[in-house]
Amino acid sequence: MTAVAQPPPVPEVPATVPAPRAASVLRRLVRHRLAAAGLVVVGLLVVFSFLGPLVHPADQSVTNLQEASLPPGSAGHLLGTDGVGHDVLGRLMIGGRTSLIIGIATGLLATVIGTVYGAVSGYFGGRVDAVMMRVVDAGIAIPALFLLLTAAAIIRPSVTSMVLILGFVSWLVPARLVRAEALSLRTRDYVAAVRAVGGSGTRIILRHIVPNTVGTITVNATFQVADAILLIAYVSFLGLGVPPPATDWGGMLSDGVTNIYSGAWWLIFPPGLAIVLVVCAFNLIGDGLRDAFEIRRSR
Amino acid sequence: MTRYVAGRLLQAVVVVLIVTVIVFALLHSLPGGPARAILGIDATPAQMADFNHQQGFDQPLVVQYLQYLGRLLHGDLGRSFALNQDVSAVVTQRLPKTLLLTGVSTLVAMAVAVPLGVWQAVRRNRAGDYVVTALTFLAYSTPAFFLAFLAILLFSQAIPLFPAQAPQADTLAGILAEPAALVLPVATGAVTAIASFSRYMRSSTLDNLAEDYVRTARAKGTVERRVIWRHVGRNSLTPVITMLGYHIPVLFGGALVTESIFNYPGMGLAFWNAAQVSDYPVLLGVVLVIATATVIGSLLADLLQALIDPRVRGAHR
Repeated sequence: MTAVAQPPPVPEVPATVPAPRAASVLRRLVRHRLAAAGLVVVGLLVVFSFLGPLVHPADQSVTNLQEASLPPGSAGHLLGTDGVGHDVLGRLMIGGRTSLIIGIATGLLATVIGTVYGAVSGYFGGRVDAVMMRVVDAGIAIPALFLLLTAAAIIRPSVTSMVLILGFVSWLVPARLVRAEALSLRTRDYVAAVRAVGGSGTRIILRHIVPNTVGTITVNATFQVADAILLIAYVSFLGLGVPPPATDWGGMLSDGVTNIYSGAWWLIFPPGLAIVLVVCAFNLIGDGLRDAFEIRRSR
Repeated sequence: MTRYVAGRLLQAVVVVLIVTVIVFALLHSLPGGPARAILGIDATPAQMADFNHQQGFDQPLVVQYLQYLGRLLHGDLGRSFALNQDVSAVVTQRLPKTLLLTGVSTLVAMAVAVPLGVWQAVRRNRAGDYVVTALTFLAYSTPAFFLAFLAILLFSQAIPLFPAQAPQADTLAGILAEPAALVLPVATGAVTAIASFSRYMRSSTLDNLAEDYVRTARAKGTVERRVIWRHVGRNSLTPVITMLGYHIPVLFGGALVTESIFNYPGMGLAFWNAAQVSDYPVLLGVVLVIATATVIGSLLADLLQALIDPRVRGAHR
């Protein structure tokens, strides 16, 4: 299951900035038992969501009202069925696929945008930095959930549109973090040396500043994935997620809520616990990575 | 100090202006523009052109933006077509209720999280610290709506202690007159906040415990309890106050969820209802008001921190 532990790329680090080697980062990460547990949980959930349907095929596009609201343990339906006859276990798998894809893609997109933006802002400093950071302040002032619901009311939600919108509201925090590091990195001697031999700003930002913030970026990206999975769950729960027959764990919970008073616990607890589990796992990995990269607490 | 306050104020004004640009851009990204959104899909091109001319939407964007700003300065946020009411009226009716809910749950959260964080830091790496860390981690990873269900299932259904619906009164006094109905919404908001704040407080206290002044205080023979609560606790609070400022958008986002679950008649519920029927004037008006409230909130948090900690005033960000 350790296959999911992609070692972060080894940065080309100049001697002035001792950064932990990828191998030792990985070793410390695995020694961190909770983070290792997080990795295992994420790996299991990925296998469950993506390979599960091969073992437990369940039609999720056709409704079957004759088999609606069956309790767990019914023939062929280990976790029962929902109000329109979808098999809950099978639905949990395709829902997990949506949640994981959106979460991870959003985390990556937000990290890339935020890193570039923050590195540019911090590298140039002064007025450019002041203007760029006020834009970030304004973005942060608008709560993501409000912006997401407004966007969902304008555009019909799909997986791609959700990733794009979520990515565009989530890049602000990594932008701030990377900018803070870039501000201090740009005063280092080796940056001055690169500039003296005629290295361009683009080259300094991409080859020298960004690689040196890799620890901060990796740790934050992990937390971004956890936050994105929570956010998409919120949006779906509020009824503006991907439309049926597609679903995600938040959407399943939202559908299950109508049954809260009829005792259909199997429509509420499996997706609810799945969200808690995956978010917890990503947060544990993030915490472990922070220790492994020896970064001071940034959140 | 005056210079710091002036600089910080200017910054806040600029940020609010950028927010208005974002909201203005959102207004113009509506499918078919504001005319289509407000007149509906049955409008003829002639009607839309007429509407655009009346509202000034056929003028250059810069002129439109300035007119939009002018209307905002007069408190005109547009008119809700679902509620047939001015958006500013919706906001003035509902914002105080949302502030009441988020205010009370934040106070409850701070009252629990601050002592909890200090206690954890003092008992670092012992069983109690681990248990609390695990619990806050779990709470942090649980979506607020799932937490709200668990609360309703446990304390409203299994053990009928509190009603599952928030107070429905029109006035703040009316809402406060039903404290039992406030318990579950307030608690749901507080649990998530406790999870974040106690983590900040714990790490901030740990940092302070390693400072020289703690050794000095101990060496002078100050009672340990006094060292912890008077010296360390107080100094550890400053970063938490800044975090509180950053946390305001999260609090409003939380209010959106809590209000829609417990049917609490605040801004969040109004926003959610508006999102269901694509009532754009309400959506954009609320976004603007919430963002402005957030900017004011983090401004206050920064000023409060500068007041407590003189070092902040010098280090201009």
